[in-house]
Amino acid sequence: MKLLIEILRQASRTSAPYKQTIAYEAPPEDTVATLLKRLNSEEKLTDTSKSPVGSIYWQCSCLQKKCGACAMRINGTPRLACDAKLGEFKRGRLVLEPLKKFPTVRDLIVDRGVMMENLKAIHNWLEQSARQSEKTVDLRYDASRCLQCGCCLEVCPNFTADGSFYGAAAFVPASRILAQAEKDNPQALAAYYKENIFSGCGKSLSCHHICPAEIDVEHKLANANAVAVWKRYFR
Amino acid sequence: MSITIIGAGLAGLSAALTLAEQGVSCNLVSAQASERAQSVMAEGGINASLDTMGEDDAVTYHFEDTMRGGVNLADPNAVWGLCQNAPAVVRRLYALGVPFSTNERGIVQRNFGGQKKKRTAFVKSSTGKMLMTALIDEVRKYEAGGLVRRFAHHRVSALHIESNACRGVTVTDDYTNEALTFSGSVILACGGMNGLFEGLTTGTTQNTADVAALCLENGVELANLEFIQYHPTTIGISGKRLLVSEAARGEGGRLFVRKNGKPWYFMEEKYPELKNLMPRDVVSAEMTAVTAMPECENQVYLDMTGIARDVWKTRLSDLREQLVHYLHIDPAKAPVPVSPGIHYFMGGIWVDEQHRTSAANLYAAGECACQYHGANRLGGNSLLGAVYGGMVAAQTAMSDPETDRVSPEQAEEQNAEVSPSFRARVSAVLGAYLKILRSESGLRQALEELNALSAAAGNPAEVRLLRLAAATVNCALFRKESRGAHRRTDYPVAERGCQKQTIVTNTEIFYREIPERRSHEAID
Ligand SMILES: Cc1cc2nc3c(=O)[nH]c(=O)nc-3n(C[C@H](O)[C@H](O)[C@H](O)COP(=O)(O)OP(=O)(O)OC[C@H]3O[C@@H](n4cnc5c(N)ncnc54)[C@H](O)[C@@H]3O)c2cc1C
Ligand code: SF4
Ligand code: SF4
Ligand code: FES
Repeated sequence: MKLLIEILRQASRTSAPYKQTIAYEAPPEDTVATLLKRLNSEEKLTDTSKSPVGSIYWQCSCLQKKCGACAMRINGTPRLACDAKLGEFKRGRLVLEPLKKFPTVRDLIVDRGVMMENLKAIHNWLEQSARQSEKTVDLRYDASRCLQCGCCLEVCPNFTADGSFYGAAAFVPASRILAQAEKDNPQALAAYYKENIFSGCGKSLSCHHICPAEIDVEHKLANANAVAVWKRYFR
Repeated sequence: MSITIIGAGLAGLSAALTLAEQGVSCNLVSAQASERAQSVMAEGGINASLDTMGEDDAVTYHFEDTMRGGVNLADPNAVWGLCQNAPAVVRRLYALGVPFSTNERGIVQRNFGGQKKKRTAFVKSSTGKMLMTALIDEVRKYEAGGLVRRFAHHRVSALHIESNACRGVTVTDDYTNEALTFSGSVILACGGMNGLFEGLTTGTTQNTADVAALCLENGVELANLEFIQYHPTTIGISGKRLLVSEAARGEGGRLFVRKNGKPWYFMEEKYPELKNLMPRDVVSAEMTAVTAMPECENQVYLDMTGIARDVWKTRLSDLREQLVHYLHIDPAKAPVPVSPGIHYFMGGIWVDEQHRTSAANLYAAGECACQYHGANRLGGNSLLGAVYGGMVAAQTAMSDPETDRVSPEQAEEQNAEVSPSFRARVSAVLGAYLKILRSESGLRQALEELNALSAAAGNPAEVRLLRLAAATVNCALFRKESRGAHRRTDYPVAERGCQKQTIVTNTEIFYREIPERRSHEAID
């Protein structure tokens, strides 16, 4: 299919972003990820004004929705490039931009390090051996699936990279740890949870609807709140 | 003591945790965050003779299956250590909160290829992701405490090896292009050599094989590069091969080909004991053979329509979702067309039983190392090998004496990257000649074509990659027999005299004897 691809590019952290438009043809079964790979293996690609395109920087790893590396804004929606098939875009118009909530490193690559820093700040780890219970096994499975892709933070009205509210990318993993907490064994995480998640969350659940891993984000929020805030422990 | 770990997948995390628990600090370097490592993609499970399924499983059986699956090319002492420690490894992962399902006897296990007992612990078909989440959280504790220093988005740009001893490593920040040099011991945990077969593997694009190429250039021994696992059930999707986990057959999936128009369940007919669950090398070779028969169609199918509804829901839901999404086929309703694809590298950086490479103070673990799997890896043994290997490598690194520091002149190394178009050209050659069946003439042709590419190699990284590619072809030429994943049309049987490891360096290629098996008591 014929495509007109507009990419928001930026040479380095400090340089100014600019738009580049490329006319290109690719099969509709291709994903945006393979499209980017194709563009990058063209030796002499030019844009619509005949300027050279050069390497387009972006991140990928698994190419099958399992690693979160390739999250970007595709036609304004944060999603995984390896999940977005070209055939979806009937008019052949594509706008690719880096996620906006994180500092741009280069082209479509952003620095999502803050997500891991936030998990460290709230003590997202087990304080003791896991208390395995069949009752929480599904919850722990679903929570463990978080890709740390950042799509949920991109749409969250309350998250900023330098703020003290950490969003779904923190409470989904936290719900796994909190499922382990008991009355005489509260996780240190619980206190941070109240401060950095519970108190700042407007519960609009935009995060729930955007999650490309289709994690039941709302369920994780409810369960994490129950333990950390209302002290309702799993038995 | 200063230790740097390259790679933050299962092997790297396991090494970091082992060091941190002993109070030893490390630098944990990776091209991307742990959440993006290939380990998160692993599906089917991890092996250990937990004996929870009422089948009287034991370490000896795990050992025997692994050795037989690897066609007696693995180090028996290392494999014994692996199998013996496997139950403790899996129980530890359970204690870290991996949501394995349990029965009254413990962790539930499933059937997997090449194993006579249900020995594979799993979480649906997302086992790797579950192990990784648990280990990432555990290592995070030590990051916060300062013992583990993370350098995500950093790539290796130079290994500092002098007089066959490693003094350290230089890494470059992908985000800023700044170089950092770390003196001290180095543990390589940088994954399989997918970058030699760009677009043709089931794994990540991130494991570029650049570190293996640097090892070769620096005189570090590589081993068994000819043993490349073709997984029988993969599907070409946009830009890669999609894996249909062996779990699909473990849970009842059946392979067939249409012979004179009728489905022929060839694996069940030819191998009445293990049927569809023969080791991968055998299944892939049989698929190649049956599709070449004139009375058969040129396509094998995996029929999963007989798998019970609740099994789809509780054990394979994620696999089904992927097939529906990428292929528009619901595997519960229709057979899926499958063909063999590159999935695992049994060969890699040579290591001894303690995970030492041929250079002092340099260690390797996980898929980048040549250990445990011989001529063919059993499913479920590489997650185990990565976690256990990372532990052993870390223990050895802690106990060995330290070396000299990297000198300032050494640290000034160039940072160069392989361009996508050059990688594609190398991959096209290797993909064409290092198939399931190889021959002298094809391999010679491959060498010629690689040689012709040398003029196009534009920087040191590309030159190195080309040398690694040639070394891989040379290993396949050198081994004049068929064994496990290495099948030669001109040498179709296994030769006793070749029951050895192929060792390749930047100057020579030779066979090395496999260590004698010590008695179990001596190993315990
Ligand atoms: C689809 C799929 C399913 C699988 N299923 C199973 C299964 O069910 N059971 C099983 O046992 N095995 C399975 N495997 C195999 C298993 O996943 C891998 O062998 C194992 O995860 C390897 O772990 P590792 O730690 O060695 O490497 P990886 O997890 O690949 O990690 C490599 C690390 O090295 C880093 N790195 C790479 N190159 C560089 C560089 N140049 N500089 C800096 N860092 C670098 C990467 O960033 C990464 O952090 C599967 C594999 C695939 C692809
Ligand atoms: S519920 Fe709303 S405020 Fe809370 S994390 Fe989700 S998007 Fe953000
Ligand atoms: S919760 Fe979903 S959207 Fe948010 S980081 Fe995790 S996988 Fe991504
Ligand atoms: S590349 Fe892994 S999610 Fe897209």
